[in-house]
Amino acid sequence: MTARPMRWAGVWLLLGWSATVWAVDAARLDYQLQARQIAPGTWVIEGAVDDFSRANGCNIINTGFVSTAAGTLVLNTGPSRLYGAQQRAALSRVVEQPVRRVVNLNLHPDYFLGNQAWGDVPTAALPGSRVGMQAEGKAYEDNLYRLCGDWMRGTEFRPAREDVQPMRFDWGGHALEWVRLQGHTSDDLVLIDHTTGVLFAGGLVFADRVPTLPHAHLPQWLASLHEIRQWILQGRVKTVVPSHGPVHTGTHGVDQTLDWLQWLHERLQTSAAQGLDISEVLRLPIPERFVRWAALRPEYVRNVTTLYPRYEIEQFPLQTAPAVTGQ
Amino acid sequence: MHTDWTRRQVLAGLGALAAAPAWAQSADPTGGDPLGSMQWPVLQKKHIGAAPWQFSDGIAVKGPEFAEDAMNVPIFVDARALARSAGPIALIRLVADRNPIQHILDFEPLACWPVLAFRFRMEQGSPVRALVRTRDGRWYVGQTWVNAAGGGCTVPGLTRADGSWSRTLGQVQGRVFRNVIEGGTRLRLRVMHPMDTGLVAGIPAFHLEQLVLRDARDQTLWRLNLHEPVSENPLLTLELGDTVHGPWQLTGRDNNGNRIDAQVSA
Repeated sequence: MTARPMRWAGVWLLLGWSATVWAVDAARLDYQLQARQIAPGTWVIEGAVDDFSRANGCNIINTGFVSTAAGTLVLNTGPSRLYGAQQRAALSRVVEQPVRRVVNLNLHPDYFLGNQAWGDVPTAALPGSRVGMQAEGKAYEDNLYRLCGDWMRGTEFRPAREDVQPMRFDWGGHALEWVRLQGHTSDDLVLIDHTTGVLFAGGLVFADRVPTLPHAHLPQWLASLHEIRQWILQGRVKTVVPSHGPVHTGTHGVDQTLDWLQWLHERLQTSAAQGLDISEVLRLPIPERFVRWAALRPEYVRNVTTLYPRYEIEQFPLQTAPAVTGQ
Repeated sequence: MHTDWTRRQVLAGLGALAAAPAWAQSADPTGGDPLGSMQWPVLQKKHIGAAPWQFSDGIAVKGPEFAEDAMNVPIFVDARALARSAGPIALIRLVADRNPIQHILDFEPLACWPVLAFRFRMEQGSPVRALVRTRDGRWYVGQTWVNAAGGGCTVPGLTRADGSWSRTLGQVQGRVFRNVIEGGTRLRLRVMHPMDTGLVAGIPAFHLEQLVLRDARDQTLWRLNLHEPVSENPLLTLELGDTVHGPWQLTGRDNNGNRIDAQVSA
């Protein structure tokens, strides 16, 4: 492991705060992807801090790559075939090292629907994520075609073809580590670059945006966030690249995500104990501190729709009366 | 009666006077529907017929703007304001214009508040309406629009897909909550049933048809006639009122003759 000065990352981050996300060109179906360097050998392509929409081309994900003498390692491939192709072009404008591996950090659509454009490169993910991609890929395609229209043209899902094993390894002088965490989905892959202090946090960390929870398991997710928080407090991680929301230093995104998940859990538990129906929970006011977060209303509705039924059912006493069959 | 409709007709007439194109002279094809649905005149004719009716703000029909789960679209109906202005309510009928099976359920609040929450399956975005008949035979209509990606009616439910429905069929869970709505006694009920719509290939319609709740004095508080679109393992929320006499007896049957008979205590 080469010990590079950590100040480097800080400088790029300061620049990053003022960087704007390039607007898409809908007429030409051009995502206008721009790779931005955030640390030595480390780039991100930032998506809009928003919900899926045609106006942003459904590009709401941060993808990235680590490029060294060992080659280029790509993280996540975006929501469509088109994104994958344009990601490839944006990458080739800034690095020359050939892409050796493409890794999808979890099973959600904008992490892997661009795999189609990377057919000639090994694509990999955690084993559980690969199973999920196969099972849900068709539904993702249908849903994103409905939401994003022409941006999805020609997109067909291609699950990752190889397994990623949690391990530490050298990548051209960068000490990288794959870690499997859980909670946002049942298999959340994160990449720690011990050389630069950059963490690609996948779906576990959201910043300035309401988390998505279609496959969430809240206790596991909270435990994973506390673990990441320790890495940051210990100085092992300096820069966090969330999949959704701005790249940042410190615990900003982790703390926001923890805040939302804990608040949501309490709200759902209290509401169920009071006997509220889901229709009523959907209409409760949301605290002021969340009001400026992106995708607030649609994600709140999705969060409640996904999770509340479990809280409701817990309120029922176990006693049940069996049916009397009398034909 | 027909207030909105009449206003539109007048507007159409004025348009015609001002040398409007020919189409403006024909009757409004949505029958004055505030949601602009072409199905409304047919629904109105089928369910209300020649009886007097009007759209009413006294009926709150609340659904999500977008149905994130097309198999479980939550609807909350509250006709207490209408009951205060127009008198006791005999029937609340829920329909969705664009569902392959439009008629969702009939709710008779015989001795309870005219409030009901339930979930149903949507095949596509649609108006969801409460057609409410007061005891004097007049109809009042409230509605909301719910968008949906769809497919809810033609996909098998979870317990049908994994085969677990047969172990829980007809089980009833219930719990009473006080003062969710000021002064009210809320009953939440879950009845385990696959509620097969009959629209999934190879799975015939198999659903609860009727549920009736009686209190400890054998007074019938409400009656529900459920149709195919009601979600699997229906979770129903009812308001029993401010003077209640539990425990309650829930009875009912499905379309295969299986009976429901369960006691619910506070």
